[in-house]
Amino acid sequence: MTTHQPVLDTSPKVSDEIRRTTCYMCACRCGINVHMKQGKVAYIEGNRDHPVNKGVLCAKGSAGIMQHNAPSRLRKPLKRVGPRGSGEYREISWDEAISTAVGWLAPLHETAPHKLAFFTGRDQSQSFTSYWAQNFGTPNYAAHGGFCSVNMATAGIYTMGGAFWEFGQPDWEHTKLLLLFGVAEDHDSNPIKMGLGRIKERGARVVGVNPIRTGYNAVADDWYGITPGTDGLLVMSLIHCLLKAGKVDLDYLARWTNAPALVAPDGLLHRDENDKLLVVDRADGVLKPFDTKGIRPDLAATRDIDGATCRTVFQHLSERYLSSDHAPEAVAERTGLSAKRIRALAGELARVAFDEAFEINQPWTDFRGETHATMTGRPVAMHAMRGVSAHANGFQTCRAIHLLQILLGTVEAPGGFRFKPPYPKPVEGHPTPHGQGRPGRPLDGPHLGFPRGPEDLLLDDAGNPKRIDKAFSWENPLSAHGLMHMVISNAHAGDPYRIDTLMMYMANMAWNSSMNTRGVIDMLTARNDDGGYVIPRIIYSDAYSSEMVAYADLILPDTTYLERHDCISLLDRPICEADAAADAIRWPVVEPDRDVRGFQSVLVQLANRIGLPGFVESDGTPKWTDYADYMVNHERRPGVGPLMGWRGEGDSTGRGAPNPQQLNRYIENGGFCTHHIPDTAQYYKPWNAGYQDWAVNLGLYDSPQPYLFSLWSEPLRRFQRAAEGHGPHQPPDHLRERLKSAMDPLPVWYETDQTGNDGFTVNALTQRPMAMYHSWGSQNAWLRQLHGHNPLYVPTKLMRQHGLQDGDWARVTSPHGEITVPVMEMAALNDNTVWTWNAIGKRKGAWALHDNAPETAKGFLLNHLIHELLPPRGDGLRWANSDPVTGQAAWFDLKVRIEKAPPQTESQPVFPPTGSPVPDGPSELVWKVAD
Amino acid sequence: MHPAPSVIIFTTCSGLGFGLLIWLGLGYPAVTGWVAFAFFTIAYVLAVGGLLASTFHLGRPERAPKAFTQWRTSWLSREAWCSLAALLTMALYGGGLVFLDTRWSGLGLLGAAASLATVLTTSMIYTQLRTVPRWHTPLTPALFLSLSLAGGALLAGQTVIAIWLLAFSGIVQIAHWMRGDGALNASGTNIASATGLGNIGTVRAFEPPHTGTNYLLSEFVYVVGRKHAAKLRVISFALMIALPIALLLLPFNHLFAALAVLSHLVGVAASRWLFFAQAEHVLGLYYGKR
Amino acid sequence: MTQLPEKTDRKLGLVIDLDTCVGCHACVISCKGWNTENYGAPLSDQDPYGDASGTFLNRVHSYEVQPEQGVAQLIHFPKSCLHCQDAPCVTVCPTGASYKRVEDGIVLVNESDCIGCGLCAWACPYGARELDQAAGVMKKCTLCVDRIYNDTLPQEDRVPACVRTCPAGARHFGDFADPDSNVSRLTAERGGMDLMPEQGTAPVNKYLPPRPKDQIAKDIDVLAPLLAPVDENPGGFLGWLDKALEKL
Ligand SMILES: Nc1nc2c(c(=O)[nH]1)N[C@H]1C(S)=C(S)[C@@H](COP(=O)(O)OP(=O)(O)OC[C@H]3O[C@@H](n4cnc5c(=O)[nH]c(N)nc54)[C@H](O)[C@@H]3O)O[C@H]1N2
Ligand SMILES: Nc1nc2c(c(=O)[nH]1)N[C@H]1C(S)=C(S)[C@@H](COP(=O)(O)OP(=O)(O)OC[C@H]3O[C@@H](n4cnc5c(=O)[nH]c(N)nc54)[C@H](O)[C@@H]3O)O[C@H]1N2
Ligand code: SF4
Ligand code: SF4
Ligand code: SF4
Ligand code: SF4
Ligand code: SF4
Ligand SMILES: [Mo]
Repeated sequence: MTTHQPVLDTSPKVSDEIRRTTCYMCACRCGINVHMKQGKVAYIEGNRDHPVNKGVLCAKGSAGIMQHNAPSRLRKPLKRVGPRGSGEYREISWDEAISTAVGWLAPLHETAPHKLAFFTGRDQSQSFTSYWAQNFGTPNYAAHGGFCSVNMATAGIYTMGGAFWEFGQPDWEHTKLLLLFGVAEDHDSNPIKMGLGRIKERGARVVGVNPIRTGYNAVADDWYGITPGTDGLLVMSLIHCLLKAGKVDLDYLARWTNAPALVAPDGLLHRDENDKLLVVDRADGVLKPFDTKGIRPDLAATRDIDGATCRTVFQHLSERYLSSDHAPEAVAERTGLSAKRIRALAGELARVAFDEAFEINQPWTDFRGETHATMTGRPVAMHAMRGVSAHANGFQTCRAIHLLQILLGTVEAPGGFRFKPPYPKPVEGHPTPHGQGRPGRPLDGPHLGFPRGPEDLLLDDAGNPKRIDKAFSWENPLSAHGLMHMVISNAHAGDPYRIDTLMMYMANMAWNSSMNTRGVIDMLTARNDDGGYVIPRIIYSDAYSSEMVAYADLILPDTTYLERHDCISLLDRPICEADAAADAIRWPVVEPDRDVRGFQSVLVQLANRIGLPGFVESDGTPKWTDYADYMVNHERRPGVGPLMGWRGEGDSTGRGAPNPQQLNRYIENGGFCTHHIPDTAQYYKPWNAGYQDWAVNLGLYDSPQPYLFSLWSEPLRRFQRAAEGHGPHQPPDHLRERLKSAMDPLPVWYETDQTGNDGFTVNALTQRPMAMYHSWGSQNAWLRQLHGHNPLYVPTKLMRQHGLQDGDWARVTSPHGEITVPVMEMAALNDNTVWTWNAIGKRKGAWALHDNAPETAKGFLLNHLIHELLPPRGDGLRWANSDPVTGQAAWFDLKVRIEKAPPQTESQPVFPPTGSPVPDGPSELVWKVAD
Repeated sequence: MHPAPSVIIFTTCSGLGFGLLIWLGLGYPAVTGWVAFAFFTIAYVLAVGGLLASTFHLGRPERAPKAFTQWRTSWLSREAWCSLAALLTMALYGGGLVFLDTRWSGLGLLGAAASLATVLTTSMIYTQLRTVPRWHTPLTPALFLSLSLAGGALLAGQTVIAIWLLAFSGIVQIAHWMRGDGALNASGTNIASATGLGNIGTVRAFEPPHTGTNYLLSEFVYVVGRKHAAKLRVISFALMIALPIALLLLPFNHLFAALAVLSHLVGVAASRWLFFAQAEHVLGLYYGKR
Repeated sequence: MTQLPEKTDRKLGLVIDLDTCVGCHACVISCKGWNTENYGAPLSDQDPYGDASGTFLNRVHSYEVQPEQGVAQLIHFPKSCLHCQDAPCVTVCPTGASYKRVEDGIVLVNESDCIGCGLCAWACPYGARELDQAAGVMKKCTLCVDRIYNDTLPQEDRVPACVRTCPAGARHFGDFADPDSNVSRLTAERGGMDLMPEQGTAPVNKYLPPRPKDQIAKDIDVLAPLLAPVDENPGGFLGWLDKALEKL
C-alpha cells in the first residue's frame, strides 16, 4: 500500500540553453525565450526584459512550437505544372527558382518596371521590401495597411502627427478613464492586455464602445453597444456636450494646436509671406508667427483678411459642434445609445479630465523657449482601431476621436495618449508619394507618403492613376498605405493598365484577406482569348501550405520565424514604447530542416542577379549577400541604418557607422535594443524641446520639427477646394460632391454609401479571436482546438424574430453573395448586428488539414459576402467599397439579411479542395523533446 | 455520462454473476457435482467476464493490481478486495460441491456475504459521487442489490422468491428513475453556483473553451432525447421485470425460464445504459450542458 | 496516499480575477506547453490536424449574464484544478496515485501508479482532470510543482507557467495559509469566492467576482454643474470664451 507521498524532483532541468528572439506569431513582436533541448525547440516563454511584453506571452506566442513543427510547412521551391488552382507542382532547386524569377523580372526592370506589382501582407520588413521595389522602379508596391487600418494611421498623422495602431499608447500608469473604440485585439495585443490589467489594478475605469461585448469590452466597466458606423455621431455629440459646458482645455488648444489660427476666406489658414502660420497674441492683439516666444494665442480673435471677417479655427469648430444637430437627443436613435448615457459619458470625461487633473513635478521647456515648472496630467485616454477605421466614414470618425482627445488636452499629457518614437512626426515630416517608374532605374522616390494637396496625387497627364491599385488618385487621395484589396481586381480588369507579374509575400489573397473571395479566385485563374492567364505571372512567398499557394506559378518557400533573420526597424514599425525607442531582430535560433530560405534574403539574391541599383555597386558587385548583411551594413542616410543599437564601435545608438558585431550584440541583449527618453522629454513630445533634441540625436529626424496639431486640416481643405472648382488640379465631375463632403477640414460624419443595400439592414462584423492569427492559426495543433469552427453570433432580438435557436442554420445574404452557417445567440450584442470570428473557415486541401477538419466543414468566412466594389448604381460606375479619403477597405460596412435555413452538414458555399504540396499531418501528437 | 459498453457489461454481468453466487452460497439450489459445475460456470463467466470487461475501461490495465491498495478510502479498491474474496471463497466452496460433493455451508455463507458486498461496493462507487446527483442516493445500492438478488434468484431457479424480488426491484427502479429526474435540480448545484455569477443575473454558457470535443465532453456529457429515454424505460422495465415475472407465473418450462433470464439480462443492460446515459455530471454545467 | 492529510503546512493555490480576465487563452496554451515538456507524460492530441481532441489542464470558458436591469455582461472564466482541501478525487482513487501533498496541499497524480480508471475525474465536480488518451493516465494541473520550487529557475520565475504568462495579470499565485499573502489579501479585499461550495470540496483556489458594471449613468448626474451650459449666459459661447481666456 502506498502510504507515502512519492519523492518528486521539483527542480528538473528546464533546458540546455535559452535563445532569445522575437515572436512572430503575430505582428505584436514580443520578446521570447526559446528553451532548447538537444538543439530542438522545447518550450517558449516571454522575455521578462523585453520592452513590449515584459515576460508575458499570449496563447499564440506560447503555441509557437506548434507553428514551428507544423506539417503544413513548405519544403522546397515549387513550380506550377497543372492549371492554377489545381495545386499541381514540381519541386525545383533554388537555382532554378531564382533563375526563373530573374528571367521574368529582369526584362521588366529594364523595360517596363510598372508591370511588376509587388505587394506584401503581414510582413514586418516594409522599409526593406519597399526599398527593393523602389530600386526595381515599379510604382506598384504597398503592404497590406490599406485594407487593414489606413484610416487610423492617416487620420492620426494628419491630425496630430501620430496615430493609435501600435504607434502610441494610453498612459497606462496614470490614466483614470480609458475609452476603447472598436478594438477586439489590436496589433498591440499584449501591451493592451497588460495595460488593462494595470488599469484594473489601480481601480480606474474602462469604457468599451463596441457593438459586441467580448474580450476587452467584456472587462470594460461600462459598455456602449453602439450601432456600427455611427461612432462619429457619438464622438461629435460628446464634443457638443463638452463645448456646451465649457469643459475643454483652452490653454492647451491655444498653445499646441491650430485652434487659434485664422481661417481665411479660401478656407486655408492665414499665413505670412514665408508660409508661417500666424495667430493673434491676446496680450497685445497683434498677429504674430505662432512660434513667437511668450505669445498667448487668442482663440476668440477675429481679423479682416481679404475683405472678409475671419474667425479662428476654434470658433469655426465650436459653431459646428454646438449645433443642436449634435445634441445627444439628435443622435441617440442612430447610434443605438440613450441620450442619458451619452451625456453621462460626456460628464465623466469632463469630471476625470478636469476634476482629477494632477501635476507631475517635472520641469520642461517648449519649442517657443518657455519653461514650465510642471506637467499637467489629464487622466483621460482613448484608443481606437479597426472598428472605427474599417468603415467608409472611418477617416473622419478617427479624426473626430482625435479632436475629442485634443479638446480635453489629453494628447501627450500625463494620463492621456502618448506617442511612441519615431512619432510624433507631422505630415510635413513624411515624404509625399512617388510613382514615376523609370526603366532600369529606381523610382523617383518612396512609393507611399502623405499628399499635402491635389498636386501630390499620382496621376498621369491624362488624369489616369499611375498605380495599379489607383492609390493617390481622386478616388482616394490620401491612400497612404496603398490599396492591396484592389490590386488583383484592377490587374484583372486591366484598369488602369495590364501588368505582367504579380509578386506577393505573406498574404493569403486567395482566401481570407480578400473581399469577394470567389471572385478573386476567378480573377487569379481567368484566361485571355489566347488561353494565357489574364495576370500572366504570379510569384508568391509563403512559409506554409495556404490557400494562396495553389494560385501561384512560382513559390518561394520561406522559413519559420525561428529560422531566419528579421529586422524590426525604426525605419518602419519598431517596438518602441512611449518612454523609449526600441528595435529588435529575429535570428535563426534553429536551422531549417527543409530546403527553404528567408524571403528577404531571396529578395537580396534576386536584386543582385537582376543588378538592381541600390543593391549593387557601380561595377555590379553585390553590396550584401543576404538579409543579415543588409540589416547590418545598409545605410539609409549616412550613419542611419535599419538597426539603431550598437553602431560604430558598438557604443553609439541611432547614428554611427555599421558595426560588424551588431547582430551579436543584439543577440546578447535578448534580441532587442532600447534607448530611453529623458524624464524631461517624456510628455508633450511634439512641442518639447528636450524631446526634439533627443530625437535628432537618435537620428529620428535631422532637425527639430515642432508643430501644431491640425484641428483644421489644410491638406483636406485643399482637396475640398479643388472639388469646389478651384485650382489647376481638378477631380472628375462624378467625384466632386463626394470629395466636397468627405474632405471636410473639420471632422464630419456621413452615412456610408448605401447604394444597393435596400432590404439588407443587419450589420455583419468580424472580430479577431485572441488565440488565432488570421489564417495561420488553423495549422497549429494547439490553437485550432480552441477555435476549430465559428458560429454566427446573432442578438437575442433577431434570434426571436427569425425563430432561431442555438445550433440552427441561417442563410445570410448580402447584395453580393450568400452563405449558410450555424448560429448562436448572444445577448451582449448590439440589437441589429451579427458577427463571427475572423478567418476561421478554411478551404479543403490547405494547411495540411485532414478531410474531417471542422474548419473546412463548419467554419466559414464572411468575405464571401463582401465585395471590393459597391453594388452598381445605374450610372455605369461601380464605386469602391472603400473610404473616399484613404481607400481603406470598408470591411465593416457590410449589411446583410438573415433567414432560417434547413440544417446543413457543411457551411455554404463549399469550395472544391485545392491540391496541396505537403502531406497531411500525423494522426496523433505526443510532443516532447526527450531528455 | 457516457454509457460505455464496458461499464454496462461489467455492472450487468457481474451483478447477475455475483447474484447467482449469493444464492449458491446460501445453498439454493443445493446442487453438487456436474450440475453444480454448470451453475458455478455460469456465475463465474458472468462475474469474471464482467470484471474483465471493466478493465477495458482502464487506461493502463496492466497496472490493475495497484487498485487493491486503497481499501481504506476507495470503494473501487474495496470492490477489488471484495470481488477477489468472493471469487476465491466461492471457488473453494464450489470446489467442495463439484469435486467432493461436500457443502461447506460456513464457507458458502461467507462467500455469499462477500458476493453481496461486492455488489454493494460496486454500487457505492456510483453512489458516493456527489458530482452525479442521480446516483447520489441510497436508492442506488438498493437498486443494484435488489437486481442482483433478483437476477441471481432467477438464474438459480428460485422462482417464487425471484418473482418477489423482481417486483421489489421494479419498485426500486421506478423510484430511482423518479427521483433521478429531479436530482440535479434538487442538488443545489447549478450554473449559478458553478460559476459564482448567479448574484449578477441569469447565467448562460457562452463560448465553450474549445470548439471540438475532449475527454470531459465525451466521458461526462451525454444527451439522451426525452422521448427516446421514456421509450427505453418502458422497454427496459418490460424486459427486466414484467416479462420475467409473467414467464415465471406460467407453468414451469425450461424454455420459459431461459427466456425469463435472457429477457432480464437484456432489460438490466438497457436499464444500465439509461443509468449512465441519463446521469448528469455537474461539470456539464460549465459547458452549459446537462 | 489516498487519504487526505488532516492539514497541510501551506495552502498553495491561485486567485483568478474575473473582473480582469480578457479570455485570451494565454494561460491555457502556456500550461499546455510547459506540461507537455515537463511533469509526467506529455499532453497528447488525437487527430490534431483533423477533428482534434487533446489534453489540457486549464480551460477558459465564458458566460453571459443577464442582470434583471440593464445590458447583458460577458465573463471569461478560466478553470483548472482548485486543489480542494476536501478533494473527492483523492479519496476515490483506488491506487493511491492521486494524493494531496502534506507540505503545500497540491493535489497531484503519481502517473506511475495510475491505472487510468477515470474515477477521480468522475469525482471532481469541476472537470479539472483529463485522462490522457495516449498515455492512459490521468492528467491534472500540478500547480507547476516543477516550477515553483525549481532552483534552476530564477526566483521570479518560480511561479506557475499560467501565472507568469497571463498578459492581463488576472492570475495570482500564493499561500492561502498565510493571511498576509497576496492571495489572502486579494481574497479578503475583493470577496474571493468558492465554486460550487455546496459540493463540499473546500477549494483552495478563489475567484474574484467581476466588479459592478455599467454604472456611469448612475455615478454621473447629467444635470449636475459638471455639464451646466455656458452658452446660455449673455454673450453666448463667445462671451464665455472671452471670459475664460482672460482667466488663463
Ligand atoms: N472578413 C474580414 N476579412 C478580413 C479582415 C476582417 O476584419 N474581416 N481583416 C483584414 C486584415 S486587417 C488583414 S491584415 C488581412 C490579413 O490577411 P492575410 O494578410 O492574408 O493574413 P494571413 O491569413 O495571416 O496570411 C498571411 C499568409 O502569410 C503566410 N505566412 C505566415 N508566416 C509566414 C512567414 O514567416 N513567411 C511567409 N513568407 N509567409 C508566412 C501564411 O501562411 C498566410 O498564407 O485580412 C483581412 N481580411
Ligand atoms: N490574435 C490576433 N491578433 C491580431 C490579429 C489576429 O488575426 N489575431 N490581427 C492583427 C491585425 S492584421 C489587425 S488589423 C488588428 C486588428 O485589431 P482590431 O482593430 O481589434 O480589429 P478587429 O478584430 O477587426 O476588431 C474590430 C472591432 O471593432 C468592432 N467594431 C466593428 N464596427 C464597429 C463600429 O462601427 N464601431 C465600434 N465602436 N466598433 C466597431 C468589432 O466589434 C470588433 O470588436 O489585430 C491584429 N492582431
Ligand atoms: S502578441 Fe502573442 S503572438 Fe503576438 S508577438 Fe506577442 S506573444 Fe507573439
Ligand atoms: S491568460 Fe489571463 S487574461 Fe488570458 S484567459 Fe488566462 S487568466 Fe484570462
Ligand atoms: S478541483 Fe477537482 S481535481 Fe482538483 S482537487 Fe478539487 S476535486 Fe480534485
Ligand atoms: S485515474 Fe488514476 S489517479 Fe484517477 S482514480 Fe484512477 S488510478 Fe487514481
Ligand atoms: S498552475 Fe501550472 S499546471 Fe496548473 S493550470 Fe497553471 S500552468 Fe497549468
Ligand atoms: Mo490587419
